[in-house]
Amino acid sequence: MSMENFISLEEYQKMSLLRFTTAGSVDDGKSTLIGRMLYDTKSVFQDQYDAIKATSERRGEEEVNLALLTDGLKAEREQGITIDVAYRYFATPKRKFIIADTPGHIQYTRNMVTGASTANLALILIDARNGIVEQTRRHAFIASLLQIPHLVICVNKMDLVDYKEEAYEKIRSDFQGFAAKLDVNDVEFIPVSALKGDNIVNESENMPWYKGTTLLYHLENVHIGSDHNFIDCRMPVQHVIRPYNDDYHDYRGYAGRLAGGIFKKGDKVMVLPSGFTSTIRKINTFDGEIPEAFPPMSVTMLLEDNIDISRGDMIVRENNVPEVTQDLEVMVCWFNERPLQPRGKYAILHTTQDVRCIIKDIRYKVNINTLHRDEEDKFIKMNDIARVVIRTTKPLFVDPYRKNRNTGSIIFVDEATNETVGAGMII
Amino acid sequence: MKYHINHLRELEAESIFVLREVAAQFQNPVIMFSGGKDSIVMTHLARKAFFPAKIPFPLLHVDTGHNFPEALEYRDNLVEELGVKLIVGSVQEAINKKLVIEEKGFNASRNALQTAVLLETLETHKFDAAMGGARRDEEKARAKERFFSHRDEFGQWDPKNQRPELWNLFNGKKQMGEHFRVFPISNWTELDIWQYIALEKIELPSLYLSHKRRCFIRDGVILAESDYVNMKPDEKIEEMVVRYRTLGDMPITGAVLSDASTVEDIIREIATTRVTERGGRADDKRSETSMEDRKKQGYF
Ligand SMILES: Nc1nc2c(ncn2[C@@H]2O[C@H](COP(=O)(O)OP(=O)(O)OP(=O)(O)O)[C@@H](O)[C@H]2O)c(=O)[nH]1
Ligand SMILES: [Mg+2]
Repeated sequence: MSMENFISLEEYQKMSLLRFTTAGSVDDGKSTLIGRMLYDTKSVFQDQYDAIKATSERRGEEEVNLALLTDGLKAEREQGITIDVAYRYFATPKRKFIIADTPGHIQYTRNMVTGASTANLALILIDARNGIVEQTRRHAFIASLLQIPHLVICVNKMDLVDYKEEAYEKIRSDFQGFAAKLDVNDVEFIPVSALKGDNIVNESENMPWYKGTTLLYHLENVHIGSDHNFIDCRMPVQHVIRPYNDDYHDYRGYAGRLAGGIFKKGDKVMVLPSGFTSTIRKINTFDGEIPEAFPPMSVTMLLEDNIDISRGDMIVRENNVPEVTQDLEVMVCWFNERPLQPRGKYAILHTTQDVRCIIKDIRYKVNINTLHRDEEDKFIKMNDIARVVIRTTKPLFVDPYRKNRNTGSIIFVDEATNETVGAGMII
Repeated sequence: MKYHINHLRELEAESIFVLREVAAQFQNPVIMFSGGKDSIVMTHLARKAFFPAKIPFPLLHVDTGHNFPEALEYRDNLVEELGVKLIVGSVQEAINKKLVIEEKGFNASRNALQTAVLLETLETHKFDAAMGGARRDEEKARAKERFFSHRDEFGQWDPKNQRPELWNLFNGKKQMGEHFRVFPISNWTELDIWQYIALEKIELPSLYLSHKRRCFIRDGVILAESDYVNMKPDEKIEEMVVRYRTLGDMPITGAVLSDASTVEDIIREIATTRVTERGGRADDKRSETSMEDRKKQGYF
């Protein structure tokens, strides 16, 4: 790192946060691209670089293998593939970035979904020689299903196709054809070579025909201001704060993270499931009272009236309530070797609720290649995506996932093993 | 943009959320407090998360017996200020009782013993969640860690078989005898920590700031003179102006030459440094995957 990396506290507080994830088939160059980005932004320390250089030399590789910066597990380094998500960080004076580098191998799709669930943006890599393959489609579909607001298609390994425009254009139009069937609106395309560094941080001299920006420039400037839902007020209660001391004798604070909307002091609110109404007396934090709260803040709310509220309840606005229901239609990504059991019972986690459910019906399985709905094949295996109907033991307070990622998402937990076996998006 | 919080506040909100989840999902959680800046920031965040109530967790310190005295003093003051319970797992006691056997030689370290004593202490007190101040940017094996990290009955980590962790839905379900490690500040970088310390004006042990100290150099690492380390004949003590980037055991934690005497100076210094903060730690240098190996065995 060098002096230019110095950022004063004042400037530091102006920076925003962008979370992005990588996606694409095995060996398309995801980890190399992240390594390249870290290296070219001077985010790699000397001892880290020396360590991967030594490893690369020991294995007889010609160049320093930048993928080793993210492939940190022994098994990954041995096999040269990514197995689990690696989180990496870097910052420029404009933004701080949290990167989830995910595996391309189909066996580890669940780890890709993990990395993608919190991302504002997905980089989908495509090997310029091979074009779109099944994993590209699967990951693009998952990215759209997870409602990642921004997609960037990096056509990688341009060095291996002599930096030819035709190769890039072919993939670009193929992808656009496929993306028309997906639910995505912001898609960018960039031709890159992760290995050589073209168009990652520095502009490529090898592709004068490309008039767009570098990947880093795009990441620094993509508009993320409206990625949260600021309309529908939702605060799932996480924990009730009761100090039990003389200074705060009757204090009852409802602690939680805003899942949507803007709450103001004095607002009329309703508490679910009881339906009782009250008024916000105070929005409290350690640093004092604040006039309003919005996502992704963590706050403590105090109400005018003494009503019975506990973890799992939700504070909303009286005139804008989520659906209160025990019957849900859900798109599910299955993660476990043990297939989804029709009529099976699972624990599910939704906001701060922990309930049980039964799988009432499997409507269809999605064929990833064609996006066709297969209503015959209802055998849902690991890495499959399906639409299911569930009934829960208690009502949940839900919004469609499209409207709110926080109140529209659930996870399925196997009650025997406690493993997280599936991810669901409420329709 | 009006409805926008900056990235430090976003990290803060995320960590507070995680700390509150721990309080809600577990019966008997504990904060692993090492005395270093990361566990200090984590404890500060816990204070914010439950304000105006006290932090609902005790602090656990695994005392290797090789700690910097300044770190212990800081710990005791903090515990008193917060009004929380302190539990000390003592490596020295475990050695005295012959529960564990100490390494010999010049590069002897109590790291492995620390893991054994940690696991023992967690078991004796029946803690079901132990929160640590580890950050994913510290080390390549840590970069793979979940916020809620499941451990089997032996306290082991299975990196190839971690539970998928999606959105903000943390699955803390477990069988009897199993426990979780939780890392509320996973997404913070070293620079975030320092900027936040400056922003929040958090007090730190004096070791982090430049001071004069009697030191010697071993394998390129500046080590402090102490009763816990055997010097080789060709090693000689000199007075140096140093500070520490991380705090570990005295015999293995390297200092850096520095005249950074305020947090602002430190931020300026970090921006120009070329080695990671763990670069000075002999425990990480033992092999390419020493952190992963230690984590599998139950190190935090
Ligand atoms: N020629 C060339 N090779 C590349 C480029 N990018 C990556 N590679 C090579 O492609 C191979 C796979 O790269 P990785 O970065 O490990 O691929 P990955 O997408 O992370 O793979 P998984 O994580 O296992 O899915 C390595 O040998 C890289 O050196 C590129 O732009 N040009
Ligand atoms: Mg990879």
